[in-house]
Amino acid sequence: MFEPVILTTALINGLMFGAIYSLLALGLTLIYGVLHIINFAHGALLMLAMYAVFFLFSKWGVDPYLALVVVIPGSFAFGYLLYRHVIGKLAKGKDQNILLVTLGLSVVFENAALFFFKADTQTLNLSYAYDMIEIGPALVTLPKMISFGASIVIGLALWALMAKTDLGKAIRAVAKERVGARLMGIDVDHIFAMSYGIGIACLGAAACLLMPSFYVTPTIGHVFVVIAFTTVVLGGMGSFVGALVGGFIIGITESIGGLFLGESLGQIGVPLIFVLILLFRPTGLFGAKA
Amino acid sequence: MTAHHPRLLLAGVLILVLLPWVVGSEFLISFAIIVLYSATLGQSWNILGGYAGQFSFGSVLFFGTGAYTSSILHVTYGINPWIGLVAGILMGMLVGAFVGFLSFRFGLRGSYFALITLAFAEAFRIISNSVEFTQAGMGIYIPLDQHPLNFQFEGRTGFYYVILVFFVISVAIALRLERTRFGSRLMAVRENEDAAEALGVDTFGHKMKAIMISGGIGAAGGTFYAQYYLYIDPYIAYGVDKSVEMLLVSIIGGMGTVLGPFIGSLVLHTINEISRHYIDTPGLSLIVYGVILVLIIGFLPDGLIGLFKRKPKGDDAQG
Repeated sequence: MFEPVILTTALINGLMFGAIYSLLALGLTLIYGVLHIINFAHGALLMLAMYAVFFLFSKWGVDPYLALVVVIPGSFAFGYLLYRHVIGKLAKGKDQNILLVTLGLSVVFENAALFFFKADTQTLNLSYAYDMIEIGPALVTLPKMISFGASIVIGLALWALMAKTDLGKAIRAVAKERVGARLMGIDVDHIFAMSYGIGIACLGAAACLLMPSFYVTPTIGHVFVVIAFTTVVLGGMGSFVGALVGGFIIGITESIGGLFLGESLGQIGVPLIFVLILLFRPTGLFGAKA
Repeated sequence: MTAHHPRLLLAGVLILVLLPWVVGSEFLISFAIIVLYSATLGQSWNILGGYAGQFSFGSVLFFGTGAYTSSILHVTYGINPWIGLVAGILMGMLVGAFVGFLSFRFGLRGSYFALITLAFAEAFRIISNSVEFTQAGMGIYIPLDQHPLNFQFEGRTGFYYVILVFFVISVAIALRLERTRFGSRLMAVRENEDAAEALGVDTFGHKMKAIMISGGIGAAGGTFYAQYYLYIDPYIAYGVDKSVEMLLVSIIGGMGTVLGPFIGSLVLHTINEISRHYIDTPGLSLIVYGVILVLIIGFLPDGLIGLFKRKPKGDDAQG
């Protein structure tokens, strides 16, 4: 067996990375909860946001954490327009169409990235990337610590937005009863696009928090797309608490899996949870109904 | 419904059979091989997704299983690849039955089915990337030993005829679906599963058969790939890209039609070759293809084949 120190370190690292998964899942679950669509372009859009962070840093020297103030609104605007002018227009409300449109978009984005940015792996070389912080017996890198804190803050902000503002109220109304919402004078198409935009804004935040300790390639979305779906399905499609808790569970599963099964086979935990949850509890841990 | 002209199909097959004698160019034969191979894989997706309405995002499962089965049998156990082909097809059907049994028994539909097939493909990729049995991330090299008995040919023509046979069989299966009660029931499942069930269709059994047929065809394509390129690794075998290509060619060509995957494949690889010829930067052809996919979903839900269909005037409802 492993020493408790190693185990705790893995646990804490898993928790830290899990926070970013939560953020990805929050965006995905919001889009699902309101629009009832599976946004297959989630991974590709994250990839684009990661490239944005990368170029902001390499061209203008913008620190990835400072980039948050640009990338979050930028992602929001991109998501809003993408839904308003492409996805909503083309899919015509059919479930499978939306799945395929978002898949088609992810093919376009990924290959556009391949075409313009080449297949090379890009990383930020930050001076503080490997600064260590002591948490109990474990050592954690500074970027992971920051991403953990920031994810929780953003999660709370999102919750406040949904619970306390008129926009949040309108989004919840549309999620529950879109026809009724329309009758009450809510511009449903606008709310759809807003929800999509906010979901993509979460990706923008995740990209800024990821880049200091991760890399980007045109196909990096593949790495995260299964994880994000697993987190959302695990937590329960459309559930905010579920996305948060799910992210942490997935993060821990990954790091513990890596510890016991090795780097390569350790990844099996995520698809395994995915399959098991889909089969035995498709409503997830916190999902209300199928 | 699609009107099929058996004579036209037969003429098409005849043209394809004579093709190597008509065109001498090695390049065109290679191109034809890729088109037929991709169309065969597309047909694997089409039977499950287009006819039975079960959208799979992980159809590469069948492809990879076929490729690995014949390659492992050949390289590790010295078993002839032709036997490996049969074993691969059986394994592909088995994997289809396994995934299908779990998903359909637990009532997964629509997007959930798409997601679980994706998850299974990921799990297979990770396992094949980790265990000794598949030579992990190194991949398997199939030793060069060109002999027809070895499923390796000196020129392209041999491979061409093999994939032509696979392709014709896959088309014949799709054609059967359009003409048998089994096929009609499958399409009933696609159109409205609950209604089909209520009318006494064994929806579970039909979906199982569809996924097993799909698995067999996909696996045959996988073995062909391994023998043609003499290499297979976890990313080729179980990566997302091939799953996407399989569904792209079907949907763009026209899902639920006999020739949809062929048309989609022809268009994809033509775009591919042209863009590679003029601008040799990877990604361009797939950008074009992704845009076409998105536009087709928006404006041409029947796929490219819909352009050729004569629209019956007025009596759509009775049709």
